[in-house]
This record gives sequence, C-alpha cells and structure tokens, in this order.
Amino acid sequence: MKAPLSWLKDYVDIDVSAEELQKKLFGCGFEVEELIDIGKDISNVVVGEVIECEPVEGTHLHVCKVDCGEHGVLQICCGADNVAKGIKAPVALIGATVYATAKDHVTVEGVMTIKKGKLRGIESYGMLCSGAELGVNGDMYEGADYNGLLLLPETCKNGDDVKPVLGLDDYIFDIGVTANRPDCQSILGIAREVAAVLGKPLKHPDCTYETTHCDENVKVTDLAPDLCPRYIAHYVKDIKIAPSPMWMRNRLSLCGLRSINNVVDITNFVLLEMGQPMHAFNFASLSGREVVVRRAKDGEKIVTLDEKEFELTHDNLVICDGDKPAALAGIMGGLNSEIEDDTKELLFEAAKFARDSVRKTSRALGQHSDSSAMFEKGVNEYTTELAMNRALNLIQTLGCGTITDMRCDVKTPYSHDGAKTMTVSMKKINALLGITVPEEDMVDILKRLNFGVEVEGDKMTLNVPAYREDIDGYPDIAEEIIRMYGYEHIHGTFMPTAKVTNGGFNDEQKAEHALKRTLVSQAMYEISTYSFYSEKDLDMLRIPEDAPERKFIKIKNPIGEDLSVMRTTLAPSMLNTIVRNLRRGNTEGRLFEIAKVYIPKELPLKDFPEEKKRVCLGMFGICDFYDLKGAIESIADMLNAKFEYLPATRSFLHPGVCAEVLCGGKVLGYLGRLDPAISDELALERKAFIAELDYDALMECARPFKYKPLPKFPEVTRDLALVADTGVTCGQIEKAIYEACKYVTDVKLFDIYAGAQVGEGKKSMAFTVTFTPAEEAITPEKCDGYVKKILNNLSRNLNITLR
Amino acid sequence: MIEERIEELKKKIDELTKDIKSSKSLAELKMAFFGKQGEISELMKGMKDVPKEKRPEVGKIINALRDWANEKFDRLAEVVKRHELEEMYKAEKIDVTLPGRKAPDGAYHPNTLVIRELVDVFSGMGFEVFEGPEIENDYYNFTALNTPKDHPARDMQDTFYITDDLLLRTQTSAGQIRVMENKKPPIKILSPGKVYRSDDDATHSPMFGQMEGLVVDKGITLCDLKGMLDEFARKVFGPSVKTRLRPSYFPFTEPSVEVDVSCFECGGKGCRLCKGTGWIEVLGAGMVNRRVLEGCGIDPDEYTGFAFGMGIERIAMLKYGINNMKLLFEGDVRFLKQFKD
Repeated sequence: MKAPLSWLKDYVDIDVSAEELQKKLFGCGFEVEELIDIGKDISNVVVGEVIECEPVEGTHLHVCKVDCGEHGVLQICCGADNVAKGIKAPVALIGATVYATAKDHVTVEGVMTIKKGKLRGIESYGMLCSGAELGVNGDMYEGADYNGLLLLPETCKNGDDVKPVLGLDDYIFDIGVTANRPDCQSILGIAREVAAVLGKPLKHPDCTYETTHCDENVKVTDLAPDLCPRYIAHYVKDIKIAPSPMWMRNRLSLCGLRSINNVVDITNFVLLEMGQPMHAFNFASLSGREVVVRRAKDGEKIVTLDEKEFELTHDNLVICDGDKPAALAGIMGGLNSEIEDDTKELLFEAAKFARDSVRKTSRALGQHSDSSAMFEKGVNEYTTELAMNRALNLIQTLGCGTITDMRCDVKTPYSHDGAKTMTVSMKKINALLGITVPEEDMVDILKRLNFGVEVEGDKMTLNVPAYREDIDGYPDIAEEIIRMYGYEHIHGTFMPTAKVTNGGFNDEQKAEHALKRTLVSQAMYEISTYSFYSEKDLDMLRIPEDAPERKFIKIKNPIGEDLSVMRTTLAPSMLNTIVRNLRRGNTEGRLFEIAKVYIPKELPLKDFPEEKKRVCLGMFGICDFYDLKGAIESIADMLNAKFEYLPATRSFLHPGVCAEVLCGGKVLGYLGRLDPAISDELALERKAFIAELDYDALMECARPFKYKPLPKFPEVTRDLALVADTGVTCGQIEKAIYEACKYVTDVKLFDIYAGAQVGEGKKSMAFTVTFTPAEEAITPEKCDGYVKKILNNLSRNLNITLR
Repeated sequence: MIEERIEELKKKIDELTKDIKSSKSLAELKMAFFGKQGEISELMKGMKDVPKEKRPEVGKIINALRDWANEKFDRLAEVVKRHELEEMYKAEKIDVTLPGRKAPDGAYHPNTLVIRELVDVFSGMGFEVFEGPEIENDYYNFTALNTPKDHPARDMQDTFYITDDLLLRTQTSAGQIRVMENKKPPIKILSPGKVYRSDDDATHSPMFGQMEGLVVDKGITLCDLKGMLDEFARKVFGPSVKTRLRPSYFPFTEPSVEVDVSCFECGGKGCRLCKGTGWIEVLGAGMVNRRVLEGCGIDPDEYTGFAFGMGIERIAMLKYGINNMKLLFEGDVRFLKQFKD
C-alpha cells in the first residue's frame, strides 16, 4: 500500500518527520517496507531567472545570465528552444545532482553531477533543467513534460530550492498492511491510523454534494445477492469529459497511475483515497437503461476495456444492461459501455462483491486489476456508500457533470454495514495482556481509533467504527489497546499460573534420535530432500508400471512437473543427491535420510493417506556393498536384533549385488549397488549403493537390551578353513555352524580365497568360531568334539570339507 | 695377604665397571663376582681354610668387600639404567605434528540440530512433542484455525492441493487442533515438522521446517508469552539477547505479534545481518484466538493460551550463518560435514 506523505497531510496535521512517522507506524502494526524519498537523486537545484539571453551564432545554443538569488548571477549555456529572457527555470548549480538523459532528452540514464563546463568555448556555470532531468513529469507538475526547460511561475523566489516547488520534497510510504485490515488499504485508512498514533484529529474528506431532480428512472436488479450483497448506482448527466486538474493528476501520479480524463480519474482517485473500487458506465450505451447483477450464462461472452474477450461460466458475476454483460463485476468494465470523449451521461457504480467470487473469477480468467485486488482484500459497505458520495463530491468540485437525485441503493439480506456495539471487561483485557493498562489510557486509545466509548465500572460499552469489520471480541480490543499503548509495556513473566507439565520427546522420537546417532557414528551425513519428485524419477529407476511405487498422490497445483508427485520411495531423492554430489566433484560420501513416503489407501485420494517413515542410505565413491551392509548391521546392533540377507533383485540395482534385509522372516527393505547401466546413463564415474528400509518394520525388530553376566569360564575359539562349492553362501555356512553346536556364540569370516590351490568351482573360507561355556569349562577335548559335529553338519548339508 | 687379595679385587671391579654402558653387561659382570663360581663367592667359600681364630677378622674383611661391591653394582645399575632410558627416549622421539588418526565421523542435518536444541529448551519448560500428519485436510489446516474459505489470510500462503479437501499442510499449527481436540488443559506442546508452500526462490523453499508451540491453561497472559520467548532467545541465541514484540496478524491468534530478537551479531548496534536495524525477525506468535479454542471444545472464558511458530531453516541460517536456504536441501557433502553436534 503506497501512501504519499503530502496526501496524508490533507487529512492529518503531521508535525513529525517522515522517519519518525515510519517508526510510529511500525510500533502500531504498520511496517513501512520502504520509505521512498521522491527527490533523493536531486540536490542543489534552485530557482533561477534568465536576465540576459544571447544566441550563440551558428549553433542552437544561447548564452544566458541567470539570477540565482543568494547563489549569484551565473553564466550558463543552454540549448533548450524555450529559453528566453525573463523566464524562470530550475538551475542545477555546480555540484548539483540531476538525472542524465539520453539523446532524446527524455529517457533517464542515471544520475549525474553538474560540473563547470565549456560549450563552444563559452564557459557555463551550471545547467538550466528540463522536467525529465529532475524526474518530474507533466502529471506531477504542469508543463514538466515539455522537451525543453521546465518553466516555473514568476512567484517563485530566485535562489530558492526547487524541490518544494516541484513536490520533490515528498515521501511515499510503502506500507505492509496485514490481511485483517483491508480498511487500511487506502490513503484515508492509513490517515486514520496516523491520526490515532499522533493523537491528532482527522480531517475527513468532503463527501457532500448537491443534487438536481431528474425524471430518469434507473432500475437495478440484484439477482445474485450472495455474490453482490450491496449495489449502489447513481445517475449523473451533462457530463463534460476533460483533463483532470493538476492536483488530482499529481496525486494519481505519485501512486503510479496515469491520468486518463476527469471521470476515469475520479474513480481511480476514490479507489486510492477510500479503498473502494468504483466504476463509471457510459449510461447511454446500457440497453434498456437498466442494470442487472447476475451470474453469467455458460458460454456468454464479454470484451473488457483492454479489448480482451472472455467466455464466461455460471461462476462469474457480471453487471449487465437489459440484455448483455457490460462489466465483469469487480474486475473490469466492458468495452461496450466505456466512457468516451463525447459521453454525456453516466452511471456510477459502488458495490460490494464477495471476496471469493472476485478472486475465483479473476484467477479463472487470468484477468486482474487494481479493483479486483481490492475486492479480494475486502471492502466494507460503510465505505461503499461513503465512496459514492465522495465521487459525486468530486464530480461537483471538478464541475464535470450534474448530479441527479436518481440513486439506486440495493441492500440485500447479505448486506451489513459493519457498525456494532459490544461490551468488554477491562479486567479481562488486562488479564489477557498480563499488565494493567490504566482506564484513562484505554478510553483515550479507543477514542483516538474512533470507537465510541462508555465506561460503567469494569465494563466498557463500545461503538465499533463501521469500517472495522475485523473487530470481533475482547481480544481484538486488547490488541487495539496494546498496539497503541506500546508492546514495550509487556514484561516477561513465567506462567506463574500454569500447572507443571511433563515435557520432552516421547519414546518414538527418542528411538528416531538413537537411529540417527547410530548412522552418524557410522560416518554418515544426514540429508533432507523434498517430499515430492517427478514421475520421471521413477522412470529413471525403471520402476515397473504396475509397481506399488507408481500408485502415488499427485499435487493439483505443483510448482512444476519436477515437484508434482508425493514420493512413495526415498531412493530417487537419494540417487539425485548422489548424482548432484558427483557432478560437483565430491568423489565420496555416505548419506542417510529418515523421511516420510505417502501411500494412498485408494486413488483418487478420498481419505488421509498413510504417511510411513523410511530410512534411506546411500554411499558413493570409495566403498562397496559391505560398507553399506555394515551400516545396516550397526542398526541391527542398536536394535539388539539379528537381520538376514537374501539375494534379491530390484529394477534399479545390480542383479548380482542386491539383497533383501529380513528380520524374523519379515522383509525390512533392500540394499544394493546401483545398476551400472543406470550409472552409465547418468554418466556417474563412481559406484553408488542404495538401501531403503521401512522405519516401523525396523523398529518392531527392537528387542529389549539386557545385561548378560560375564562367563564364568573363558571362551574358546577355533579357526576353521573350509572348502566349499562356489555357490555356497557365507550365510548358509554361518547358519550351519550355529545349528551344529549350542555353545557357538560367534562366527566370523576372516578370509576368503578362490583360485588354483582350491580347484575349479571351489572357494576357501576361513572362520573364527567362538564357543562360550555355560555350566562348565570347555576343555580342548570337548571343543574338538564340537568342531567335529560342526564339520559333519557342514559336510552333510553343504558338501564342505576342511582344508 | 687377604687384604692384598681384597685390594686386587676392588681394583679389578673398578677397572671392569668403568666402561660398562648396558644393564645386561653389568648384570653379567656382577654374576662374574657374585655367581656360584664368582670371585667373591670363591672368597667366601675359602673361609673354611682360614684358621679358626682368624675367621672373625677375615670374615669381616670379606663381608666389607661384599657390601662394597654390592653397593657399587647397585649404584652403577641405576646410572646405567637412567642412561639406557635416555637413549631410548632419544631413539623413540616422534614428530608430534604428523597427522593423528581418527575414526571417521558423520554429521546430523542442521535442521535436526536446531529441532533438538529447541526441544531441549522448551522441554525444560514442560513442553512435550507432538507430530501431526503432513497431508492435512482443509478443516485442520484452515477452518479450525479461524481461516474460513473466503478468508483473506488464505492468500498469505499459497497452498499445494491434492483434492478439494486434502492439501499439504502450510503450517504446523494444524497439529494444534488435533492436540486440543484430544487433550484437556493444561496443554504445553511443541510440534516440529515439514510444511509446504507454493514458493520457490532464494529465500523460500516449497518445503521447509516449522516448529509450533502451544500453551493453554487458566490465566495465561501475553506477558507469559514474552517471558517464555525471552528465555528461548537467551538459550538459543545468547545470554544477552532480548526480544521485542510488535503487532501483526494471524487468523488463529489475537492479539498477534511478530517477535524480533536483538541482533546477536552486533548486539543491537546495527550490522549486515540485522540490516542495520539491530533486530532480527525470528517468529510469529500471539494469544490463541477464542474461536479456535471454542472450536476445540475448550471454554475460552475459562482458559487462555498462546501459540508461536518459527521456521527451522530460518533459525539454522541465523545460528550457523548460512546464506542460501537451498543449501539445506541439496545434500552436498561439503556442506553437510561442517555441522557439529
């Protein structure tokens, strides 16, 4: 919301600096996001009077003597065609800063500093300026658009700073207005707050006008009161379309609007001043001389003022004449009812359209305007009426028409003007704030904010201003009071009244931390990636069409295709992270992520989906399958569980280097090496390994940890070098060893060898087997017996011999 | 006669021990005198040939020699040992500046570190942790938070929709309602988690972390909110950091405040981090709106409460001086390995 200081001063006697006002507004909830100093680039430019002006022969130049008052009489060379003896114009003194313009003398190309110069051998001690050089246009100052000197009135005093003359001493406050205060999306709204915070009276804009009786009967029918709770139309005749006066053009220009003509400017001016969008229909073009507010018929068409055609639906609200749409309600007028230079009669519209309806239509059609933006923020009916009166006042002030007494004010059951009475307890307000605001301060603050206040004991009966639709209960009043009283009065207390509660993470959250700690201690880095990816990421992993991972939830309005699908597996995110690292020259890394996947119960989604946590591990660079497996084994250790690993396949993993992880027969997930074919496609120069485990299934494997007494007798170990067929797995051998003897508590592979010495189709594997005695010591003889049993079992079941 | 022999032996011992450098040769030498066939032992054995009346005298002399030799060998042993140690020290001297060997270490994501620190701070004040679903419905994410369908605050957050009703939660406040529906006051909960908004630029990410806090009990005031935030600011940003409240707007709180902390980089004098203002915006908060309490079946005339919400990444970026939010989601190992537990 942009509010020029000069405009605010029309309504409030502001006697503090712009910076100070900025601070005060900040304190009461209006952050000035930018304080724009309009003349910040212009300095040392004064009023000068040309007292001598001689042409320089053979050029377009004139050499002038310019009286600059206290700055003396300066010799200045000037090339402008309107330089002449007797005129007054801005003079940039030596050292002054002004805008540098391009060859066309109009386009600004940065800021320049004026130096003593020499043109055609004639010394020049300054520069006579054009409007463009001072950043002033014709809407800001009469005649400033002329491509030559900006002429100043004779009443200006030579040597005076030109900035106040040209309005360059002004500031624009760009104010962030919170969504609960649409009433402050206007100059008047901000002025009300300024008045309140400065404790000054508000000078209300004049909204009075005189009417002339007319026999014209304008009919307004509101067929969609839910979308248009209030509609006011006023008939104005004898229109004289003309340019607006300077003061109005100046205001519009400061707020970034171009002047069109007096009538259009009035609607824009009222929008800025009051925050109420207005529309003016060329009344002669409305067939049947009537207005119908209704939903559009499906397929109905309208061409708006910017000459775009739209096909409408039942969801779009339109303002129609006797037979066709003449405006897209709250968004833009129709070309067919546009104000023309010869328009003689018009119908002013001020209405309240439902916020949601304007927003939906505006978005659906992709058609936005200042008006639609305002309706989306919200307007109140008090202002709707006020704005109509203000517009008519301006018609009268500008003398551009005759105001008739023909007004249609359609109120509907959805209409309400916002004014209300409420009673609040001062004690309750103080109890919410935790401090005691003195009664007289409360009353004073609320009165400054235009509340009617009557106090009776602890009760305040308040008349809420009609434009304050946000005020709902006593906490709102508490907020009004504290934001004006000052948040610095709130001092910290420590919930003296609250009961003691038991805080902290719950068991589940603690278990997740333990898991993270385990992985970090395995030298892995935790990552966090987006919960959404692209369907293409699944293609990259060659996930089959009928796989459960393909049953995913789609976002209706994603930022892009890349982030359009809620993930059903973490693997693509992990792979993308690995790829990103390798492409950035990071040759090695071990990563993990614990995050959710989103599994729909049915598609299309009808109910909350399942959000299931997964653990994803990734390694790349100097590592192999067993490093990744080691990390999973460390998880098993943490859980005090035993995992099994069975050869398996996944669409994106190396068929020979892939396993399923099981616990008690239940599959927890998989691990393996990225298929080299996919590595090649992605141009990865290092091997990559990925594992993904179901978090809940993992946690279900946890067995309570309990201390085991130290063995009474020493443990005994034996090394066994075995020769097995190549196809026999380590897991099979370990299992067979455990099975054969109940005293075996650990089996560890320490060497593996295949080659000529063991023969074709064979491999040698060496294990250290640990025997832990229970009731009595294990003698070497006993141990020999156990080993024999083990070897028998191995030989019988796996055709394994001792080497 | 015996005296001469003694003198000879003494001289011999002096001579032989003069250049001895190692404990081992010293021990061997000692054996040469004290061993079974050693010269001193032989001397002792020779006592039996000494006439009986002379035995006490001779014995005394031999004993004196034995004591003298013993003492000498002991003294020498000590000297030699010290010498040997010094030699060993010299030989075993290492270059202490050679690199040490350490077990490789991993690292937690900065968000994990921040969440853990925040939970640590707040759990000390009696907050427990609650996590709600990320895919929420319109009711929990908006309506129950006093943000009905045509409410302007819905425009403040661009929402990712899945169906007309289901959406990716835009705020962890959604979890507030689920707790208040199921729990009677006193309530003190923290709700960390991922939230989603349709924003993607240098300072916004479509997914980010939030931590919501909620307190509901009898007699809770705005001053209590301030007191708790003061404590939070001191613990998370430093003991001298102060907080400042300023008016703001959220549909689910009234009054609503933005909370700034005094700049911990410059102490409030104004610097690049605080953009010269001396203050840094860290979170939004306020007193829980009556309608929100009512909707959850909590009597707003009996109970009041406050809520606050902060961005995890924002806190992480401030704490660690990270300048780009994107880095937190890229998983670059050069970034990740810098974060210490």
